[in-house]
Amino acid sequence: MTTVRIPPTLRTETGGESSIPASGSTVRELLDDLTGRFPALRERIYPEGELARFVNVYVEGEDVRTQEGLETPVREGGTVILLPAMAGGC
Amino acid sequence: MEGSTRIREISARKAPDAISSNDALLLDVRSDQEWQIAHIPGALHIPMSQLEERLPELAPDRSRPIITYCAVGARSLRSLPTLDELGYEDAVSMTGGIVAWQELGFPVESSSALDEEKRNRYSRHLLIPEVGEAGQRRLLESNILLIGAGGLGSPAALYLAAAGVGRIGIVDDDVVDASNLQRQVLHSTVELGERKARSARRALEELNPDVEVVTYEERLTSENVDRILGDGWDLVVDGADNFPTRYLLNDASVWHDVPVVHGSIYRFEGQVTVFKPYEGPCYRCLFPQPPPPELAPSCAEGGVLGVLPGVIGSLQANEALKLALGIGEPAIGRLLLFDALGARLDEVKVRRDPDCPVCGEHPTITEYIDYVEFCTAR
Repeated sequence: MTTVRIPPTLRTETGGESSIPASGSTVRELLDDLTGRFPALRERIYPEGELARFVNVYVEGEDVRTQEGLETPVREGGTVILLPAMAGGC
Repeated sequence: MEGSTRIREISARKAPDAISSNDALLLDVRSDQEWQIAHIPGALHIPMSQLEERLPELAPDRSRPIITYCAVGARSLRSLPTLDELGYEDAVSMTGGIVAWQELGFPVESSSALDEEKRNRYSRHLLIPEVGEAGQRRLLESNILLIGAGGLGSPAALYLAAAGVGRIGIVDDDVVDASNLQRQVLHSTVELGERKARSARRALEELNPDVEVVTYEERLTSENVDRILGDGWDLVVDGADNFPTRYLLNDASVWHDVPVVHGSIYRFEGQVTVFKPYEGPCYRCLFPQPPPPELAPSCAEGGVLGVLPGVIGSLQANEALKLALGIGEPAIGRLLLFDALGARLDEVKVRRDPDCPVCGEHPTITEYIDYVEFCTAR
């Protein structure tokens, strides 16, 4: 299992969960597993199996866009962070 | 025996004559800090504890007369046995030290540009080798612009002003509302309804009269951003509360080549990074696109823990001070993620995007766009 961190603005889609274990050997497999269980999340960030541009995905602290994209390998026991921009300074 | 019976002191009044006619070396044995405040021109400075180590090298001629001095003449007299042991043949102490010297109206010079009041106010900075007097002078000459005097801007502005940042600009067109006071520590209950920029200026000037506060009671727009950034700001602390302002500030800061210390918050979580144009990524390299409006609630819609902007705004002040001082490792190319509930600070890498439309190799955005439309259109 890999731990996926859910940003506060996407927790409505995960029933309030901030950290969800998911399985897969690549980011794509991980997102397939995760969003398969949370369809509202799929709708938001992974419609038709494509990652929405406003969400960054970090595997071990590296943005997958600078790695192998959705084919970036993920590690058993590792952490993946989903991160959209936050506006607030208020 | 002869050494102990010799007169080992010289009056301050006679010292200048001895210096000019006998080519005597004037030796200041006080601390570095005392030396910086005031010393006699032409003197050699070696703190008493370092005499054995440094004097022979700096004054190899043992037959040259030496006149030691300190503040009032006690330490300089006590230093004579050390000079004897080092083999200096003609060392005397100046009675009454630099105090007596100054009472006679003889000249002193200072290597300090800070007056006594500033040396006292910033003494905890002066004690840190990485800051010191040169660093404090740098802070006093630095110019930092804050976008927003709200949650993030409040702690950032207070700490920057307290630190002695010489000129602080504040861009905010909002007025103080009661719901702000749970976290916006720049403002207080008596200032309800007042412009935040004015309330902020009052708080900062009361905290530190060394700071010049420049207020812009307006919202940052494509029309005024060039004028505001053109006012000589070394760096910007971004505490805006909406995406259009953040993308606008990003584009402007890249074109003006001004670093931005970015912070953002929501509920229990915050992000901090430094965008230094062309050296590191820009905001668009990090987030090419804002989330759709329904996924970008403001604090007014989603709430925020009162202390969270205190943490994130203070981290921004920390980055701003480091940049102003030129010390440490600024968070360039690193996004810090703070989770108040988990008490956790994570870090992810942010790289420059060669295809970035603003700071990339072939920019496609070269003038201000409609930022509201950019942030709402899909």
